[in-house]
Formats: sequence, structure tokens, C-alpha cells
Amino acid sequence: MTRDLLLGIFQAVLSIVAAPLLLGWVDQCRAWLQNRRGAGVLQPYRVLRKLMQKDAVVAYGASPLFRASPYVQFGAMCLAAAIIPIVSVTAPLAASADTIALVGLFALARVFIALAGMDIGTAFGSLGARREMLVGFLSEPALLMVFFTASLICQSTLLPTIVDTLAHRELVIYPSLAFAGVAFTMVLLAENARIPIDNPTTHLELTMIHEAMVLEYSARHLALIEWAAALKLMNFTAIGLALFIPWGLTAATAGPSGLIVGIVTTALKLTAAGAVLALIETVSAKLRIFRAPEFLATAFLLAVLGLLVHQLLGS
Amino acid sequence: MSLPSALQAVFTLVVGWIVLGAAGLLLPRNLVWVSRVLFPLGALISAAIAAFAFIALPLPAEMATLPIGLPDLPMHLRLDALSAFFLILIGLTAAGISIYSAGYFRAGEGTAPGLLCLQYHVFLASMAMVVLADDAFCFMVSWETMALSSYFLVTTQHRVPEIRSAGFLYLLLAHVGAIGLLLCFGVLQGGSWQFTFDAMRQAALSPAWASVAFGLALFGFGTKAGLVPLHVWLPEAHPAAPSPVSALMSGVMLKTAIYGLIRISLDLIHTPQWIWGAVVLALGAFTGLFGAVFAAVQTDMKRLLAYSSIENIGLIFTGIGLTLLFRALGQDSLAALALAGTLYHALNHAQFKSLLFLATGSVLHATGQRNLGRLGGLIHRMPWVAGFALFGTLAMAGLPPLNGFVSEWLLLQAYLFTPSLPQGMVDMLVPLGAAAFALTVALAAYVLVKFYGVIFLGRAREAALEQAHDASLLERCGLTWLASTCVVLGLFPVVVLRALDHVNRLLLGAGLGSQAASWWALTPTSAARAAYSPLAFGSGIAIAVLAVFLFVRWLYHGRVRESAAWDCGFPAQTSRMQDTAEGFGQPIRRIFGPFFRIRRQVPSPFDAAPHYALDLSDRWWYWVYEPIGRAVKASANRIGVLQQGSIALYLLYSFVTLVALLAFVL
Repeated sequence: MTRDLLLGIFQAVLSIVAAPLLLGWVDQCRAWLQNRRGAGVLQPYRVLRKLMQKDAVVAYGASPLFRASPYVQFGAMCLAAAIIPIVSVTAPLAASADTIALVGLFALARVFIALAGMDIGTAFGSLGARREMLVGFLSEPALLMVFFTASLICQSTLLPTIVDTLAHRELVIYPSLAFAGVAFTMVLLAENARIPIDNPTTHLELTMIHEAMVLEYSARHLALIEWAAALKLMNFTAIGLALFIPWGLTAATAGPSGLIVGIVTTALKLTAAGAVLALIETVSAKLRIFRAPEFLATAFLLAVLGLLVHQLLGS
Repeated sequence: MSLPSALQAVFTLVVGWIVLGAAGLLLPRNLVWVSRVLFPLGALISAAIAAFAFIALPLPAEMATLPIGLPDLPMHLRLDALSAFFLILIGLTAAGISIYSAGYFRAGEGTAPGLLCLQYHVFLASMAMVVLADDAFCFMVSWETMALSSYFLVTTQHRVPEIRSAGFLYLLLAHVGAIGLLLCFGVLQGGSWQFTFDAMRQAALSPAWASVAFGLALFGFGTKAGLVPLHVWLPEAHPAAPSPVSALMSGVMLKTAIYGLIRISLDLIHTPQWIWGAVVLALGAFTGLFGAVFAAVQTDMKRLLAYSSIENIGLIFTGIGLTLLFRALGQDSLAALALAGTLYHALNHAQFKSLLFLATGSVLHATGQRNLGRLGGLIHRMPWVAGFALFGTLAMAGLPPLNGFVSEWLLLQAYLFTPSLPQGMVDMLVPLGAAAFALTVALAAYVLVKFYGVIFLGRAREAALEQAHDASLLERCGLTWLASTCVVLGLFPVVVLRALDHVNRLLLGAGLGSQAASWWALTPTSAARAAYSPLAFGSGIAIAVLAVFLFVRWLYHGRVRESAAWDCGFPAQTSRMQDTAEGFGQPIRRIFGPFFRIRRQVPSPFDAAPHYALDLSDRWWYWVYEPIGRAVKASANRIGVLQQGSIALYLLYSFVTLVALLAFVL
């Protein structure tokens, strides 16, 4: 029990610390694919350090909600990291919150950041909040349906059980999981403000979503939001790996050597996933904001289709 | 008359409500007497009813006969687990609303305070009697009293024409629904002409007649609950009523319809057919989505909440549909899970919806505005109300660890662990229902961000808002009560689930079992299948946020400067540049365009005085209600030919009728 808890806290801390690295790696891969040299994989850490040293500037008329929101954001993502199996099959809080609660947790973070976006009362803030909720209300049910498909296959909504069951099944492609996999990839792109829904590297006024919402934040608040965004990417990638490539996680009973194997496998999988993400972003174009609902509705329908295929074929 | 103990206590308290109401007539114009004495006493009675019902819940059903009623049908009362649960719902919610009302009602607004007090308490008492009734007569009398007293409450401001017409629409639909219920009871007695519920339980109806009875019940209760397309009165009546009355109607009265449908379909008929479940599930899913979509485009804060009630009623109906489906197909433990989720959601909706309606009442009093486009930034002027409303917002958006999430979680679990059902069509319907459910819940979060963000956040859209004042002490007490029930029901679901298991065993003969919930975690099926621990979750997020805060404090020098908003460097910002309610709803309007009847007037770029107008209305008006209205009017015109105003002609009518009757008899 204590071992599980320590192991769980260790992996949560590991993913919190390593999250900016994953973001840096994706950015670096993107730079390479676009024939640029890139800023190096450690760039997100430098940004965080820079932001942490600055004075925070808060707009006149900001309510306590505005200042509390980054902490809620970061706290929610930390909690999510403690729920998702990243290195080991056991996670410290996995038994207390299942996949549905995890979706609820992401929704909680989203609602808080959207409210904070509306708090100052600027044009861009409320525009960003509205768009973020637009993306959210379509991607959230899609994510839930992806989880439902996996849960129906494994007869459980608990992530450790799902990972364990999926890792020990025979190596055939489940048609329902194939649909779910495509839907999940689309949800991941949308939820993490990546191309084609949003572009994290620009501040182009008319197209931005996430950046518009957090425009008023600076210094430590912004650092927390950036870090939380990196952690969200980490969490989503970890969920994707757990559902669709579940092999190689440390089993609940493994010793320290098993743990090292688990860390190495996870690091390799994350590296590969980051490269694939960069590739997807490079080859696709940013959608107009009004095409975004179509993209997300497709993801939602694919996920529902996965669920129906499972009900029809029983696999 | 010898009433058994718990039922006796509850009935005495219900009579106490009526006495309190009548006491209001002693000094009808004295606001202090009514609002400082009677309303707080009413709140005490509410809390006592909830407490007694909680005690009575695990006990076996108690019955009593009152010495009043029809000559051969005295009024029967019965307090079993289901009625006790709904009495808890009524008492718990009404306690908060009554305390709030004590601070809310002012003199000189429409109905005199004393009369209002009578109507209010008769309304409460009739709702309690509806769930206590054990025969059709007592049920219908209470049901009609409920409709009439709430009609008078809705038309408190009876000098405003819109409010009068909203009240009329409500009264009309309430009675159309009541006709359905009367016919339903007529079918249910099954030829025995006994109108006690006990006789109806014994009556062996053929499947076809049972379906007819169920259809009539669905129509009657659906009208009261606001099932699409019978929902049209809700968005009219809720904004018209004073806010505590809206809270009571939306939070509590709609739930009596839920009670009625459950009572009839699972208790009185007790052999549901799977097709009923499928129909209710489909109707509920559509109602839920419809309500959420319409809520997202509203510009009046109380209309927005009314549509959101329609949405929640839809979610509750999907739960009833699942329960009926599982029950009919012999999956009693799953039916227990679905029923627990359904009733839990009914209880939760009563809490957070009342809380938000009361919050809009405070905003209305402080600003005189219901229009979202003229509000904004009230978190600075009304920090208490804004704080409580945030709880309601988060709970209604279905976010953990508050109460809305728990019931939605339970219902999603019920969807998820559907085994292969013998009906192929149902097997497909359930995942589709789950998808609609998930979409509705996510859309609710959108609606709530709009609601909270536009009213309380940002900058004031009107200069007059600078004078807004916070809620009074009594109002704050009521809001505190409801906000804390939201938190407690979210963190300690074990209490509710254990109570609900008695209801399950009463209606389904099977329960979730005591392992389904502990103080620590919720595991309705088994710990390996699904688990949610609100306490661990809540403390987890609290610890995480605190740890981050302390860590940043330790790392960082902590200087904060205040400055003008950045907004990409645009200098001349005004509060009119924030998103309006229309703007926030615009993406939903685009995506769900076919739901609405849209009339839009867009100015051309060359207009000297550009004017933009947008009118979104409900297609059901034009599809259902206007044709019916036209038909009624046309037939009335035809029949009106008979009325000529000359006595001789009327005497001729009587003569012809008599002759016709004589010919018929002979």
C-alpha cells in the first residue's frame, strides 16, 4: 500500500517535471520538420524561469477568481497526473477517480480558465472563453465516448484495470478501438490547442483560442498556465498510450528493475508520440474557426460509431 | 382518528404550513409579521418535515385514512420510502427558499404580503400532499391545488399583461395535463371502480390497457415536468414569477411530476414494458439536448434557467427510461442503479437550480434587470451572491466534487454497464442515449459559463450597475443553506445512496446493497468496475491547489502590479466590447440552426443608421400550438353562429333539444 502510494507520487511528480520537456520535444520536432534549427528541447523550461522572475501584472478590476484560476488549473492537471497510469499500472488516486471523473476534472479546469478569461471584461478574453467552451463542449463528450468504448471492452471504468486488461489481450485490432483511436487523436489535438484547431505559437488575433483567453495573464500566473498546458499535453498523451499502446508499463508487483524498464519504455513511447504529433501538426493546416465544430463533430461521431461497432460486433 | 407516528408528524406539519399561510391573512399588509415571523417559521417546518421523512424512510410503509373526502372515498394517505424521499427533497429545498423569501418579498409589489404568504404555504402543503396521497381523489385534489396556488404565485405582478398571459398559458397546460391524469386513473382502476392506489395495484390490466395508462401518465406528468413538446409554459412562467416562486416551481414542483411518473409506472402498474422505457429514454434524450441548446442562446437570465430546467428534466427522464427498460428486461440490479441515479439527480437539481434562481432574484432586486445584455461585473458589487452562485454554477455544470457530478456519474455508469439486452434495437439505443447524455452535460457547462460570466464577471455593461447592492442577511442565509446542500450532497453521497436503496427495494425488490457506497468511495457495481471517491477527489484537488500556491509563494518574490488591461494593446476599450449574451450563444445558434426559427435583420454596409435584430423562437409553437389554437378559434367561430342574442331563438333551441331527447328516449 505504502509502496503503491510512494510509487504513484513518484510518477506523478515525474510527469509534472517532465511535462515541459515533452512540449519542448514536440516543438523541436516541428522545427526540424519545417527546416528550422529550433530552440532546443529545454526551451519551455527557460520560458518558465523567465516568467517566474517577472513582476505579475494584473489588470484593474480583476476579481479573486482571476488570480485563483491558474492555481486551480495547475492543481487540476497535477491531480489528473496522479490518476493516469503513466509509468506504472498503479496510480495513487486511480481507485478514487475513474475515467468519467477524469473527464469531469478536465471540464473543471476548462470552466475555471474560461471564467477567468471573461473576468477582466476585454473583447479578446470573452472571445477566447467562448471559443474554448465551444471546443470543449464537443470534445468532452467525444473523450467520454472513447473512454466508454474502452470501458465496455474491459468491463471497468478504472484506468488501471483498463490498461491491465488491454495490455494482456491478444494482439488483434479491435475495430471499435480503431475508431476510438482516431477520435481520441482528434480530441487530443483540439483539447491541447494544437493545429488544426488552434496554434499555440501565434498571437494572431482573429484565430487564437487558448491564447486569447489567457491574454491578460503575466509572470507567475502565466507560468502556471503554460506549465499546466504542458502537463495537459502530457496527460492526454499518457491516456492515449494507456488506451491504445498499453504494453510495457510497470506491473503493480514489479520490483525496482521493473520500474526502470517502465520509465524507459514510457520515455520511448512519449518520444515517438511527440514526433508523430509534430508530424500531424506540420502536415495539416489550421482550420477556420467555423470549421472547428465540423472537425470535432467528426471526432464525436467516430467515437459514437466505435461504441456502436462494439455493441454490434462485441469487440 | 389515530395516525401512526411518522405519518402523523408529517401530516401535522403539513397542516402547520396551511395554518401559517392563513395566519398571513390576519395582518395582510404587515410585512414584518409575514416576512420576519411566518416565513422563517415555514422554513422551520420544512426542515422538520425533511427530518421526519428521513427518519421514516427506512421504516415500513404507513397508511392512514382522513375523515374528509367523498362520501364513499375518504382521503387515503401513505408514507413509504418513495414518498419519504420526495418529502426530503421538498423539505430540504423549501427550507432554504423560505428563509430566502423572508428577506426577499417587499411591500407594494403586486399581491399583498399576507395573501402571498397564504398562496406560498398552500403551494408547499399541496406538493407534500401530492406525494402523500394514496388514492386518485386525494392525488387529483392536491395536484389541482398545487396548480392553482402556483398560478396565483406566478401572477403576483398581475398588473403586467405579459405576466397575466404567461400565467394563463401555465394554467391552460396544467389543466390539459390534469385531464390526461384523470383519464389515466380511470384506466388504472381496471373496471373495479375503486380509486385507492391499493386497488389499482391489485387491478390486473391487459398489456394494451397498461400501455394506454402509461401513455396518459406520460402525457399528464410530461406536461407538468416540461417534456418537449409540452415544455412551452416553462420559459414563460418562470421569468414571470417572483424568484423564490420560480425556485420552488423549477426545483420542487417539477419533481412532483417525476414522483408521479415513477409511482404509476413502477408501483401502480408494476409490470413495465420495455417499449415504454425506450420511448421515455428517447423523449428524455431529445428534451435534454433541446433544453441545453435553447438555454445557450437565451438573453434573459431566468428564461435561460427555465430552459436549463427542461434540460435537467430531460436527463432525469432518460434515467426513468433506463430504469423501465432494465426493469422490463429483468435486470433489477441495473434498474436499481438507474433509479438511484435518477432520484439523486432530481434531488441535486432541486438544490442547485433553486440556488441559481434565488441568485437571479437578488440580482433582479439589486439591478432591476433580467436582461443579460445589461448586466456584468456584479462580482465586485455583490460578492456574496456571486460566491454562492459560483457553487450553483459549478454544481449544475456537473463538475466534481460537487453534487451534480455524482448523479451524472451514476447515470453514466447505468448506461455503461448495460449488458447485452435481449432486444437488438435497445442495444443500439442505449449507447446513442449515452452519447446524447454526454453531449447535453457538456453543453450545460457551456450554458453555465455564459450565465455566470455574463452576469457576474467582466465589466458592468450599464452605468446604473455601480449602485447594485448585495443580498440582505436573510437572503444570504437561504443561499448559504442551498450552497451547503450542494457541497454536502456532493461529498457524502453515501447518505443519499443508502436512503435510496430503500426506495429501490420498495419499487424494484432489489437494491444496490450496502457495499455500493461507503463514506470513502462510491462503488455501485463493484470496486473493480467503477469507483469514485468524492472525498479523495475533493481533498486531492484542494491539496494540489494549496501545494501549488505555497510552492509558488516560496519560489517567487510575490510582487503584483496593477495596470490597465492589455487586450493586445488596443487602447480604447469599453464595456460594450465584451461578449454579449447573443454573442456567447452565436456558435450554438450556428451549429444547431435547425432547432430554431431564426428571424434576422442584418444591416448592409451602407446603412446610415444600422440596425441589427435577431429573433430566435421555438419551432414547436409554430408546429403544434399555433395550429391547435387556430383550430380552436375556427371551431369557436362556427359554434358562435348559434349565439344570436334573441331570447326567442334560445327558447327554440331548448324546445328542439327537448323534442330530440324525447324522440331519443321514446
